[in-house]
Amino acid sequence: MGVEQKLGNMGIVTTRLEDVINWGRTGAMWPMLFGLACCAIEMMASQASSYDMSRFGMELMRASPRQSDLMIVAGRVSRKMAPVLRRLYDQMPDPKWVVSMGDCASCSGVFNNYALVQGVDEVVPVDVYVAGCPPRPEALIHGILTLHEKVRKEKMADWD
Amino acid sequence: MASLQEVTVDEIRHLVSQRAIEGETMLLNMGPQHPSTHGVLRLLLELDGEQIVSCIPDIGFLHTGIEKNMEAKTYIKAAVMTDRLDYLNTMGNNLVYCLAIEKLVGLDVPPRAQVIRVIMVELQRIASHLVWLGTHALDLAAMSVFLYCFREREMILDIIEMISGQRMMATYFRPGGLWREVPPEWEDHVRGFLKIFPDRVKQYENLLTDNPIFRDRTIGIGKISEADAFRWGLTGPMLRASGPPLDLRKSRPYSGYEQYDFDVPTHTDGDVYARYLVRMQEFHESMKIVRQALDKLPSGPIISNDRKYVPPPRSELGVSMEALIHHFKLWTEGFPAPKESVYVPVESPRGELGVFLEGDGGPKPYRCYWRTPSFVNLECLEYISKGHMVADLVAIIGSIDIVLGDTDR
Amino acid sequence: MTDEHAHQTIEALQGAFGGETGEYAGDPRLVLPADQILAAAAALRNQHGFEYLSGLTAVDYWPAQDPRFHLVYHFSSYRHNSRVEIRVPIAEDVEVVSITPEYWSANWQERELFDLFGIRFTGHPDLRRILMPHDWEGHPLRKDYPLGYEEVQFTFNREEIAARKPRPSE
Repeated sequence: MGVEQKLGNMGIVTTRLEDVINWGRTGAMWPMLFGLACCAIEMMASQASSYDMSRFGMELMRASPRQSDLMIVAGRVSRKMAPVLRRLYDQMPDPKWVVSMGDCASCSGVFNNYALVQGVDEVVPVDVYVAGCPPRPEALIHGILTLHEKVRKEKMADWD
Repeated sequence: MASLQEVTVDEIRHLVSQRAIEGETMLLNMGPQHPSTHGVLRLLLELDGEQIVSCIPDIGFLHTGIEKNMEAKTYIKAAVMTDRLDYLNTMGNNLVYCLAIEKLVGLDVPPRAQVIRVIMVELQRIASHLVWLGTHALDLAAMSVFLYCFREREMILDIIEMISGQRMMATYFRPGGLWREVPPEWEDHVRGFLKIFPDRVKQYENLLTDNPIFRDRTIGIGKISEADAFRWGLTGPMLRASGPPLDLRKSRPYSGYEQYDFDVPTHTDGDVYARYLVRMQEFHESMKIVRQALDKLPSGPIISNDRKYVPPPRSELGVSMEALIHHFKLWTEGFPAPKESVYVPVESPRGELGVFLEGDGGPKPYRCYWRTPSFVNLECLEYISKGHMVADLVAIIGSIDIVLGDTDR
Repeated sequence: MTDEHAHQTIEALQGAFGGETGEYAGDPRLVLPADQILAAAAALRNQHGFEYLSGLTAVDYWPAQDPRFHLVYHFSSYRHNSRVEIRVPIAEDVEVVSITPEYWSANWQERELFDLFGIRFTGHPDLRRILMPHDWEGHPLRKDYPLGYEEVQFTFNREEIAARKPRPSE
């Protein structure tokens, strides 16, 4: 205890490596632009003026999967789009997370038919599901913060 | 699950020029995930350097099978799916579906419901044009317009949430009228919006209309003549920017539009800048209609009282046996529609949105076809983008104002 | 308001090409045989002033086999502010001539009908699937094609459905 206090006065803090790395990962998690349908409009609204997502670190949305950490699957995924989704997920570098935004991405929502993938977790592993059709921007932000908490709790032993 | 679409040369041999097959020009995939394609649209571009030789759209990445799914639900329950087609014009989709049912079974709508329908549809038109303006300007690198437009759109979404509880997919219009009465503060909010919005439109015009960069990127790009526009079946602002003032609200008025006094903005150039000017003017016309409609809002019932098609209000269920029976039959079985077909077109922010509804005597629609404007307008992309550069293609796609939910259904 | 021009056009077309007329809710329609549709489309565009094709769709009357499908064409006129509906009954596996030479917007509409119903069009410049994946089998909007819905996962059958659901292979 005494050592840490003294070190604090000299501008040094001690903590665990996991905490620092997880804090860094949540601080600037850039989502990939993957708006498909109606939920994309709510995602754009939560990125825009009234419900600004850049205060949570998501300053901009990167179109290229190689430069993003988070894939927010916003909208319904049709069977034609599913291989594209998988390929984009594979192109993202580790560490990566997936938020399934909306009912159609989580469980195909209102549409229980031939054309849609019944829940995007048939294609990619999902970390957080956000319910709603479309979810309010506040719900999406709550989902993002839940993801941040989940990332904060990650352990070094689980990293690939 | 289908495999990734590897397009072989044989499949597209008849679509691209000989130079592409020989390797002189480049085939580039502007894939489904792209910041400027406004959704999941895939374009196969044949490029000669930076110039486009041909551009082949590949759609269907958002195909949801809504038409087939509606055949499995009763008429009232299928109304929930109509919101999700053109998700920027949700009230308009509801409106055209309800108009089609009302025409098919012969149901009358009380005047108060018609006026409120007009107000909400025009507000939805303003909201849809705001998203168009924001994303179009964002593609042409004017990011502040995007933030401003969404700020105004939040006000309209608050109004929609006030009356229905949902920001976007309201399903507020039902066959016969509206779902429920508007709350008392609704009118104040709409008037407040109308008071501040003209200044905001002036802000957008100050930023874009005389902006030399915007003008350079949009004037002369993507021209289409009036005759070609008709052959391609274009409707809406895409057609009106080339000349003819064809607006279904004026030519085939529905829901009481003949009572309102408004102009149909047109232009003659037919390029991207002309479409921008037409849609900016439509903001003003929509505000005019909303103002007139609010002034003449009558009192009265908000839904038809024909109990064969419209469920009774819950207050009646405790006192009247017939109301209970009607409620039960309508919600479990639905109402039967005759074995006829109707086609009802309305003017959506993108063009002519029409529903072809065929009944079969039962409670479920036998065939519900949606003539969506984005599907038809997108066809002309290949024709109008020949010879332009890839950067111009981004401007052209923005000006067609496609919504992929509308295109793929 | 009645659409006088539409009624006159329908009568003129019936005189030229045969078929039966009908009407519902003020909209006239004409039922034409399949081999007359291109000539009728040309007449509509050149003589009667119907500049654009509003919509083209089909209705499947399975299990009735002859005719199985009704193609429904909606032509609209800006000059005369009018609209007509033309129905073409066809049996399964019958090819219809494409009206793309007259109305360019029929290109994608006919591709959609080929994709979702399996109706082939002769003379179409590019007949391939448009909405479904290119190697999809079957034509979804036909009445004998199942809706393809998945059984809903409640708590009592949660485990057995979860075992059947495809999972990503990471």
